[in-house]
Amino acid sequence: MSIDDVDTSKRRFLTIAATSVVGAVGVGFAAVPFISYWQPSAKARAAGAPVEVDISKLEDGQRLVVEWRGKPVWVVRRNQEVLAELAGLSGKLRDPNSDVEQQPKYAKSEHRSIKPEYLVVIGICTHLGCSPSYYPKNESHPMGPDWKGGFFCPCHGSSFDLSGRVFRGVPAPTNLVVPPYTYLSDTRVLVGVDPKA
Amino acid sequence: MKKLLNSSLEWVDNRFPLVRMWDEHLGKYYAPKNFDWWYYFGSIALLVLVIQILTGIFLTMNYKPSAQEAFASVEYIMRDVEWGWLMRYMHSTGASFFFIAVYLHMFRALLYGSYRKPRELVWLVGMGIYFALMAEAFMGYLLPWGQMSYWGAQVIISLFGAIPYIGDAITLWIRGDYVIGDATLNRFFALHVIAVPMVLLGLVVMHILALHDKHVGSNNPDGIEIKKNKDPKTGIPLDGIPFHPYYTVKDIMGYGWFLIIFCLVMFYFPDMFGYFLEANNFIPADPMTTPAHIAPVWYFTPFYAILRAIPDKLMGVVAMGASVGIFALLPWLDRSPVKSIRYKGPMFKIALTLFTISFISLGILGVLPAEGLYVTLARIFTVIYFGFFILMPIYSTLDKTKPEPARVTM
Repeated sequence: MSIDDVDTSKRRFLTIAATSVVGAVGVGFAAVPFISYWQPSAKARAAGAPVEVDISKLEDGQRLVVEWRGKPVWVVRRNQEVLAELAGLSGKLRDPNSDVEQQPKYAKSEHRSIKPEYLVVIGICTHLGCSPSYYPKNESHPMGPDWKGGFFCPCHGSSFDLSGRVFRGVPAPTNLVVPPYTYLSDTRVLVGVDPKA
Repeated sequence: MKKLLNSSLEWVDNRFPLVRMWDEHLGKYYAPKNFDWWYYFGSIALLVLVIQILTGIFLTMNYKPSAQEAFASVEYIMRDVEWGWLMRYMHSTGASFFFIAVYLHMFRALLYGSYRKPRELVWLVGMGIYFALMAEAFMGYLLPWGQMSYWGAQVIISLFGAIPYIGDAITLWIRGDYVIGDATLNRFFALHVIAVPMVLLGLVVMHILALHDKHVGSNNPDGIEIKKNKDPKTGIPLDGIPFHPYYTVKDIMGYGWFLIIFCLVMFYFPDMFGYFLEANNFIPADPMTTPAHIAPVWYFTPFYAILRAIPDKLMGVVAMGASVGIFALLPWLDRSPVKSIRYKGPMFKIALTLFTISFISLGILGVLPAEGLYVTLARIFTVIYFGFFILMPIYSTLDKTKPEPARVTM
């Protein structure tokens, strides 16, 4: 075979295709450790362990703040009057029936909780992550005369009702997130774990 | 003595292209002779880059990139380290002046059409520098670990959460934890002191190499190409003068003025009434409470105002990204037969004036709370802002331009 018989175009194709394809695969594999390096470490995942909350001393209308995965989790005790008023707010809410999955399935209802009396939500605004303030109905608040109690975010003005449902006309797109939680007994809640089916 | 110096230079030059590099970029780099004061800001930006790198290196000698120690270590630098306050204030003042210099440098390009052919790559590399600078400033702002550091980063990282489907996974990946914490601070530190500065330096070198290329060269206030009129004997542009000594001397004058203003701010108004260093950032980060009013530092506020002007989370984020990125399209949006505003017609002049007013107004609105009239105004200025770019192919074509001169005017 003389040099004239060499098919240079095939040779060039093979060189370029083989080098770039194999090279790209290699780069892809090599990138995995560098990208995964940024994922939460084992320590950070462990710190996301469930938190036990004692709700036996929680008074009516009171809010308890606990830390779970570094975020504030609120437990609010609501009486029958408050729960009755929640139904009347539907028209003012963006997602009154909690159709957007911001809660586990067992908390998809008007009161967005396992037991209607106790609301458990993550206290982080769904707009851009600030922590809203709690304004109960019977204490002084800047929310106007129709306010039935709820939460107001000082950063960009989003407001939520006492089920953590977002009102219309505010920047937050969705209801507050309900974390997975379960009742260990009547007075002890475990935040971060789904109830056993 | 002179003989020794000459032979040393020759020894080096036989092993490294020292004289050639000097000639290409300084001694025999012919720049137009009609530069005005707008041409100070490129070299001023370079000076600030040097200041930031130098003071940054010294700050890392005492700063501790951990959530437990960061805030205290900055206070330690401010109070206990010899001249630590100066290093810190020089670095924080330098950050704001970097943006002042870069914004004026970019505005110069808008005035004289410096982004036009054959300088498209100079402009695009410059945009790369601007993006890197924004990333650098954002990550640097987290490091003092004050309330604004924390909640500012919370808001900016949450912006990525607006991306459909993968948003939440991306925010988790950026933070490296379920909340902004030690992992986030530590990686931002690594990026702020190593990765982004290296990218920035590389891009700055590319920016200058692209500008000094033999087919390109500096633009000038007349927006005409001096390389079209060369001395037939020497091949040197007739309107060009060597960068050194003419413009090195001019730039030193600019440095003098710049340093006077820089020092005034650094020594007497280091927080610039809360605009360079925000009051809430003197309170340590607290993940459980958000300050009542949070706003980014002034150099991001025009884009932040655009974000808040749009009542939809995803569209707001998209508009904000577009408002920064759209500058990159300028070389192809401008269809005017002339480059410089000196020969452009009334349409471009009005458009540029409206754009400048919008940019500054959005910057002011970005600091104010997003309510009532402010939101309406932000929406109007957002429309004008984008109109300037989107309508440019139309008005730059229709505009009545004046003829360009053959040679530069002084």
